[in-house]
Amino acid sequence: MSKKIGDVILDLQNISLRFGGVKALTDISFNVRQHEIRAIIGPNGAGKSSMLNVINGVYHPQEGKIFWHGNERKRMEPHMAAQQNIARTFQNIALFKGMSVLDNIMTGRITKMKANFVEHALWFGRARKEELEHRKKVEEVIDFLEIQHIRKTPVGRLPYGLQKRVELGRALAAEPSMLLLDEPMAGMNVEEKQDMCRFILDVNDQFGTTIVLIEHDMGVVMDISDRVVVLDYGKKIGDGVPDEVKNNEDVIKAYLGAGH
Amino acid sequence: MPKQANFAALDGLHTFPRLLFHHAQTRPDAPAMREKYLGIWQTWTWSDVAERVRALACGLASLGFKRGDNLAIIGDNRPHLYMMMTAAQCLGGVPVPLYQDAVAAEMLFVLQDAGIRFAVVEDQEQVDKMLEVMGQVGTLEHIIYDDPRGMRHYNQPFLHDIHELMEMGRIHDRNHHDFLNREVEQGHFDDTSVMLYTSGTTGKPKGVCQTHAAFIAAAQGGVQVDKLGPDGDILSYLPMAWVGDHLFSYAQALVAGFTINCPESGDTVMSDLREIGPTCYFAPPRVFESLLTSVMIRMEDAGKLKQKMFHHFMAVAKRCGADILDGKSVSFGDRLQYWLGNLLVYGPLRNVLGMSRIRVAYTAGAAIGPELFRFYRSMGINLKQFYGQTETCAYVCLQPDGQIKFDSVGQPAPGVEIKIADNGEVLVKGPMLLKEYYKRPDATAESINADGYFMTGDAGFLDEDGHLKIIDRAKDVGKLSNGAMFAPNYIENKLKFFQHIKEVVCFGHDRDMVCAFVNIDVGAVGNWAERRGIAYSGYADLAGKPEVLELIRECVEQINADLVSDAMVADSQIHRFLVLHKELDPDDDELTRTRKVRRNFVAEKYKVLIDALYSGKTNQFIETEVKFEDGRRGKISADLKILDAKTFPIVKKAA
Repeated sequence: MSKKIGDVILDLQNISLRFGGVKALTDISFNVRQHEIRAIIGPNGAGKSSMLNVINGVYHPQEGKIFWHGNERKRMEPHMAAQQNIARTFQNIALFKGMSVLDNIMTGRITKMKANFVEHALWFGRARKEELEHRKKVEEVIDFLEIQHIRKTPVGRLPYGLQKRVELGRALAAEPSMLLLDEPMAGMNVEEKQDMCRFILDVNDQFGTTIVLIEHDMGVVMDISDRVVVLDYGKKIGDGVPDEVKNNEDVIKAYLGAGH
Repeated sequence: MPKQANFAALDGLHTFPRLLFHHAQTRPDAPAMREKYLGIWQTWTWSDVAERVRALACGLASLGFKRGDNLAIIGDNRPHLYMMMTAAQCLGGVPVPLYQDAVAAEMLFVLQDAGIRFAVVEDQEQVDKMLEVMGQVGTLEHIIYDDPRGMRHYNQPFLHDIHELMEMGRIHDRNHHDFLNREVEQGHFDDTSVMLYTSGTTGKPKGVCQTHAAFIAAAQGGVQVDKLGPDGDILSYLPMAWVGDHLFSYAQALVAGFTINCPESGDTVMSDLREIGPTCYFAPPRVFESLLTSVMIRMEDAGKLKQKMFHHFMAVAKRCGADILDGKSVSFGDRLQYWLGNLLVYGPLRNVLGMSRIRVAYTAGAAIGPELFRFYRSMGINLKQFYGQTETCAYVCLQPDGQIKFDSVGQPAPGVEIKIADNGEVLVKGPMLLKEYYKRPDATAESINADGYFMTGDAGFLDEDGHLKIIDRAKDVGKLSNGAMFAPNYIENKLKFFQHIKEVVCFGHDRDMVCAFVNIDVGAVGNWAERRGIAYSGYADLAGKPEVLELIRECVEQINADLVSDAMVADSQIHRFLVLHKELDPDDDELTRTRKVRRNFVAEKYKVLIDALYSGKTNQFIETEVKFEDGRRGKISADLKILDAKTFPIVKKAA
């Protein structure tokens, strides 16, 4: 299967991020190309989630430049990321536990809704027509992720693996051009991981969505990623296609400890 | 072979395509099929279906599908797959549905045996299976798929999207306008309409060829007995390769003209059931059992008042509900109470189960517990059993309204003749018998005797009212040393209806008494022990607790009391039994993959235990090798106690 990996759409140059005296990221540069699956890996505390938060506009690096589609990005807030079609999932599931799967995924459409608060509250005019359109999109996501049977179930009652899938669903409902996944497979059993892998590959393949993911499961990362960047103690120690990274001395050291 | 159904009523509509086009003409806007798509039920009317079938048939023809070709159909219950069956029949071809969850290698035999050139499959998963075995099948030329998801990168020229096929067909139809009508005209009721493969528990699967006449006769009979009309709804969720689904969702739907509803996916069946509220429903006994369990568990969480109300009215229903349904006489007081109960409990409960509109519900495939059966009937759900095989279009016995016996499978269906052979085997004859086994004249000859009766392989007898009772597979039935009949399955089923008992193996052939191995149901017994504060460390420990053995003894003795009242099986009371220290397991070859006991293997493996049962010992040490799920092997050992159960003297009827 050949897919067309396009130009660089996100370019991070010499990013450094500090929290007081703690250096979370030091002078990190890497880029993401259109339609690729880009993995960020590294031991605990390496700065992976911080990196994702930088991309997403949650953290603001003290140094370095970020280029989004060739334009330098100034200080940005998370909601602006959403408007730029960047969606994400979280390491600790961040869904509305008391709401149904359907409603949770519907929240992913909020940035696309044009009707104002009053129209929504009274459900007239634009709001009514809009909801039907958005519901259709949401149903397509439900169909895609094969979660029809839990459509009406409150999220809090679902097992962990399914909650993760719902979270992916919410992100997909925003029809993102770039999807950030923070440990999408943490805490899953083998079968759930296989399912999730398949969904990630399908999203990438069918919608052409660019995916940046953080993951600990090396088997998964090496199987599905196009390119991998490796962080350790906030520094970049490796970058390249999976085979390159696998044989990188520094990476092996960081993961397995020093050789004897 | 003598095979003439009553076609007077059908007025020349004696093939399925003719039936379809007849419905499309006489009631074009009535709903024929429904499917949930993106959360919303979509409806196809009879004229929609006829148009699509026309397009599909012409599409198949333009790909080179010819009279006599077999068409493999693989997938979940989807409207397009049902339409494909009719499309193949229009051209004089034979649809061959396969079990969709089988792996490719298991499908290989059928694909080869049936010489499949064309396969219609549901989705990418099934396409992949076909591609995997294509080389070995050899004859396979075209694969048509329904769901295009994930198929973007498949560009083999022999793969066709079903919508493209329809487009091809529409063009073909415009250019050769009379073509399809002529093809349908050529169809004859003695043509094979469908080929269903037997499961092949003994040897290779065999393709059972059924004619249009056979399935139409079977469908007509069922529709008449249970008065199924064109306004009905059925949920089609059981495998399309299974004869029952073909009878209900295809043959009966076309004969009676009711609507079939395809669930969204296997996981949504329960909620789809509630949304559709079918008028006719089929499920194997275990589904009815799990529904009941879920009701009971939810009742335990309900408030005090609700619980009281529930239990009070369930007692009323138990007392008189089944009789009211059967139209027997019931006192006015009870009727009033039942009416109130219907308002407060049974009605809402039926609604929750999605059975508010049920006119008839069927179960078959395994024995159903009398308690379970009574529960549903007493709630006003017309649950019935039926009996039949693939070879008889699943149409031999039906239970007519008002004559439901819990322990029989009913009376011979209209047009069916039943005879009991000297060895107790059930023989049947009628318009619904198979035409032949595909390419197996030897097997065909073996299964049908000189008088034209099909030999079912089941042992049974007709009771005084002419109801058929099935006892066992004929080959399992033996004789006790005093000459009385011994039907192990019959006794085992009775015991398995107790929730504490999971599996039973009875011995008695050529012996002077019946003895049994019992497997406890660890969930139910564990729960029972917990509530009584009995501590246990694991399966073997729990199974050996004296309290548990006492519990099982009570069950066995109840069964003995039950058996003694029936002269045929009174000699089969269980004299001695033991509770096994491990669960019988398919991994240890003790059960088949479909969870049937492999009797001979178990008898061989636990020979010391059988010897102990019959030699009068009170305990026996045993060590067995077990396979764990991860493939490791281990040994478990136990000292099993052997218990005597009370038996009851047999009262001989005065001569």
